[in-house]
Amino acid sequence: MIKKRGVRKITMLDKCRTGISGLDDITEGGLPKGRPTLICGGAGSGKTLLAMEFIVRGATEFNEPGVFMAFEEMAEELAQNVASLGFDVEGLIRQKKMAIDYVHLERSEIEETGEYDLEGLFVRLNAMIQQVGAKRVVLDSVEALFAGLPNEAILRAELRRLFRWLKQKGVTVIITGEQGDKALTRYGIEEYVSDCVIFLDHRVHNQISTRRLRIVKYRGSKHGTNEYPTLIDENGLSVLPISSLGLNYTVTTERVSTGVPRLDAMLGGPSTGSGLRAESRGKGYYRGSSILLSGTAGSGKTSLAASFVDSLCRKGKKCMYFSFEESPDQLMRNMRSIGIDLGRWARKGLLAFISLRPQLYGLEMHLATMHKLIRDFKPEGVVIDPVTNLTSVGDADEIKAMLVRVIDFMKSEGITSVYTSLTAGGSAYEQSEVGISSLMDTWLLIRMVESSNERNRLLYVLKSRGMAHSNQMREIQLTADGIKLLDVYIGPGQVLTGSARFVQEAKDEAQSVIDQQTCERKQRELEHEQANLRAQAEGIAKRLASLKAEIQIVRKSETERRVVTAKERQDLAQARKAD
Amino acid sequence: MAMNKCKQGSNTTPRPRVPVSPRLPPSEIWELRLYVAGQTTRAVTAFANLKRICEEHLKGKYRIEVIDLLKNPQLAKGDQILAVPTLVRSLPSPVRKIIGDLSNTERVLVGLDLRPRC
Repeated sequence: MIKKRGVRKITMLDKCRTGISGLDDITEGGLPKGRPTLICGGAGSGKTLLAMEFIVRGATEFNEPGVFMAFEEMAEELAQNVASLGFDVEGLIRQKKMAIDYVHLERSEIEETGEYDLEGLFVRLNAMIQQVGAKRVVLDSVEALFAGLPNEAILRAELRRLFRWLKQKGVTVIITGEQGDKALTRYGIEEYVSDCVIFLDHRVHNQISTRRLRIVKYRGSKHGTNEYPTLIDENGLSVLPISSLGLNYTVTTERVSTGVPRLDAMLGGPSTGSGLRAESRGKGYYRGSSILLSGTAGSGKTSLAASFVDSLCRKGKKCMYFSFEESPDQLMRNMRSIGIDLGRWARKGLLAFISLRPQLYGLEMHLATMHKLIRDFKPEGVVIDPVTNLTSVGDADEIKAMLVRVIDFMKSEGITSVYTSLTAGGSAYEQSEVGISSLMDTWLLIRMVESSNERNRLLYVLKSRGMAHSNQMREIQLTADGIKLLDVYIGPGQVLTGSARFVQEAKDEAQSVIDQQTCERKQRELEHEQANLRAQAEGIAKRLASLKAEIQIVRKSETERRVVTAKERQDLAQARKAD
Repeated sequence: MAMNKCKQGSNTTPRPRVPVSPRLPPSEIWELRLYVAGQTTRAVTAFANLKRICEEHLKGKYRIEVIDLLKNPQLAKGDQILAVPTLVRSLPSPVRKIIGDLSNTERVLVGLDLRPRC
């Protein structure tokens, strides 16, 4: 209720909820209460079903009894036809929550002999409404009267009167009408029922049939105006609106492991580290984000996806694997060859495999199936492998639109989703076939590289929103013990892969050995020289010392000689009696 | 008997008819039910017309029952009554329905199989 600044309160249009999944969303509450709504469409588009569901759900879910006036099918046939959807029409009739009447006009039985009106119809309808206290009425389809009654003028006048009468009664009415050539209905009853018109479309495109619903007009209310895909399954009709019209899902900084520890390390922590708790500095994909694994055929995308699933299931979390190419058994067998046992998780009920060929349904049906299965199973991780197969069912725009919805849905549920995409050989690696890379938060690319007559796999993180990721290309190997990322090559020059790497590594090692030996040799030589010089120095010092001693001796002997000579002279002098 | 003037109304599609002989065994009693919705002028006209036609063509061989749907709405279901007034001939079979106030005597007779179709 809008309160205007004046005194009067203006009440908004009251809506009558249908209970049909999705329809209440796009009509923002349901059909206009107390007014007639026209459902038109081609043959087999689901009009009677929608109308029947409206009544049945009204009686069971909203406690609003209803009346179904059928002009084309008999009451028993109707009940049988909807029994497969789980609608217990007969039970509801017994409980006086619903009344069905079959009105039939056999043209051959009737002779027109003067003036008449259709009060009989009013009487019958009124009786039924009184009988159950109906708030909902369906007329399916009044156009049958046009074939039965000869005088169209009277019929149209009476129809106008009927709808006025129904409006006065305050019941919400659904009228069904078959699609006309250029008009919405064959007999133009849309001129009487113009409060709300819904059009059901059922077309076949590329051999795949799709159903769509469109609200052509809705007086007095905002509504979704696009065509929405609809689905008829064992629960009735469902309309699939885009799940989150605004991009406002909550995000978390929690991480989930990729299944390969070194890959987790490549997807490092957030770029700004201040103020973050230890847990959020973990590594791996962000929980609830969308991850694209792309590469050419045989590069290992499915294996990476499987290791992600394996790591989630190990923690006891549920996963769902949508495979458009391989059967579950084949997947499990193939993954066992790299040491990933998915079978045990499937047996424990933690992993659900959904395998189907994309050509089986249209895109909307795939989307609806995914919605339903994910809602029922509530996994925490979903893999869709591969996404590019869907090009056989729709063109790039349609696939992108569908994937937008899928990703929105997953993000709003907080499910981490992994998508694998096959890049056609020869095309640029960074061109994703359906233009979906902008929808993805993390993009890992596996490239096959040819060198020296062999092909090796290189993995790198093309983008990963919100985290500092490695920019190095790492060689990835699928071994019997799982997926291994080899060491980052810490050496000069480029990264080499496979056997070339071995060769280079061996060379490097040999080189280092040689270097070391050279160094040792040089060291030895210098030491040698040092020793030599030291010995020389010692020798010289010894000589010096001996020379010194000699000098001393010479001096001493000189001194002694003088002394001796002097003594001798004295002695001689004494002997010669020098005077 | 004068030739019936077939006044084609707004319908032009030919309808299949079960062939019935126009002359019936005199012992059979005609069961006629006139459905009305209240005592409207149309209802009164229809009843008057019906009485007149029956007196003229089926003297002593008919029984008229007037059913007011406003009093007994559930009876409309059995005979699939939509238009009002409707005259239903339940006997002799097959069932014939005639809608309108019965002012067009010729059509009434054709409808009751008292006159051959043209």
